[in-house]
Amino acid sequence: MRNPLTLAAVLAALCGSAALADGTVAPGDVKYEDGAVAVSLTGTPGDPANGPAVIDRKGGNCIACHQISAVNLPFPGEIGPPLDGAGSRWTEAELRGIVANAKMMFPDSMMPSFYKTEGYIRPGVAYTSKPPEGPLDPLLSAQQIEDVVAFLMTLKD
Amino acid sequence: MKRLHMALLAALVSASPVLADEEAELVINGDLHIVTRAPAAPHLEGHLDEVISGWVFRSDETQALQMDDFDNPGMVFVDRAMEVWNTVDGSEGKSCASCHNDPAESMKGIRAVYPKWVESAKEVRGIPAQVNDCRENRMGAKPWKYEGNEMAEMEALITLQSRGMTVDVAIDGPAQSTWERGKEIYYTRYGQLELSCANCHENNFGNMIRADHLSQGQINGFPAYRLKNTKLNTVHDRFKGCVRDTRGVPFKPGGAEFTALELYVASRGNGLMIEGPSVRN
Ligand code: HEC
Ligand code: HEC
Repeated sequence: MRNPLTLAAVLAALCGSAALADGTVAPGDVKYEDGAVAVSLTGTPGDPANGPAVIDRKGGNCIACHQISAVNLPFPGEIGPPLDGAGSRWTEAELRGIVANAKMMFPDSMMPSFYKTEGYIRPGVAYTSKPPEGPLDPLLSAQQIEDVVAFLMTLKD
Repeated sequence: MKRLHMALLAALVSASPVLADEEAELVINGDLHIVTRAPAAPHLEGHLDEVISGWVFRSDETQALQMDDFDNPGMVFVDRAMEVWNTVDGSEGKSCASCHNDPAESMKGIRAVYPKWVESAKEVRGIPAQVNDCRENRMGAKPWKYEGNEMAEMEALITLQSRGMTVDVAIDGPAQSTWERGKEIYYTRYGQLELSCANCHENNFGNMIRADHLSQGQINGFPAYRLKNTKLNTVHDRFKGCVRDTRGVPFKPGGAEFTALELYVASRGNGLMIEGPSVRN
């Protein structure tokens, strides 16, 4: 059990999710329950200090659609609701589910699915207009999702 | 006045982009009154009640540029196209003027009904396809790139002859299946962000997406001079940019898909007036 690989395998067996070698849950293996995801995608706690970077343009660009008072970024969008107080409205599992794939919680949501790699129509490589040659990476990594979820949990009313 | 003060105050306090006065009226050169809001066509029932020109959503400064042809940077390119109109090109020794004389007469009303079903070609065509047909088959000249500068400028010259006329593209008869295809494209969520035209331009017009004030994505103002790239931009160029922004792979400018989408989007503007060449950011 000192071997992290074995630990991950056991965890995966316990929670019914297949884990990658480093203990990360692959996008296709995430288990949603009523839109929520109970198990950490990395097996380790997220770092809320990285949240603002994930929220910015170079990360998930959440700020394009959401206003978040706790981060000082100009021109927040108004497509989705302001995220102030999100940590009081939702549990950690719900927030993980919403960020990983919001359409599980809100069917037909305009919010992109950040932890998904398949099922797209005419996907391109980022903003290059070019079709991908191999499999796509999810919009955010498992670690980025855990970090932004940890950050959202600090946004209390 | 109250509105203005509020807007100024909001701008100072939050440093957010200054939004235009949405009640402003578009009058070009002091006498051409443009309808920028109209009841939506019957086919939009359940989707939109009112159709609104993109001009309404732009800043006061950008709006003003379109209100006087001396300030509208797009007009320089119309002058340039007028020279091309009169210039012989190709193996047949002809110019546009050889067949169509004065565009003020021969091209009047064209832009308001395009794209349309062209019986001789047995397909729906936009203006650029017709221009290239003339160039290749009547003039013996090389076709222009669909979204290139020559095409955008010539389309602007043709469009100007319909400025102030009400958009009225046909969606029935032989155009119907193309229109249906365009509608399907409009509501398809493309790219890794899985966004459809409707997500942004039907469900969220009037809202900010980061620093951009979303309009209804109407095309009655095209070709559009964009301050961003300081040239005239065609409809398909804009579609290309919007699909790219979904992290998607756009369709080919001038191809069947974007032509069908153009017909559908044009039909969403039935009731508005032709404004091109417009000015946008
Ligand atoms: C393109 C628009 C868009 C982007 C980008 C976006 N969201 Fe959202 N988000 C929405 C919308 C719309 C909703 C409302 C849910 C619905 O669809 O009904 C929402 C809802 C949410 C909620 C629930 C809000 C509440 O308080 O009830 C959370 C939390 C959230 N988003 C987090 C994020 C995070 C974190 C990111 C970036 C990693 C992000 N969103 C990116 C559009 C977006
Ligand atoms: C991610 C959001 C988004 C999506 C999806 C999107 N657009 Fe846009 N579009 C914009 C923004 C932002 C602008 C610039 C501001 C404006 O005019 O709305 C714009 C502008 C336009 C314009 C110029 C309008 C004018 O008056 O100058 C047209 C036309 C347009 N879009 C059509 C489309 C079509 C057709 C689709 C689908 C293929 C589409 N858009 C998808 C965001 C989007």
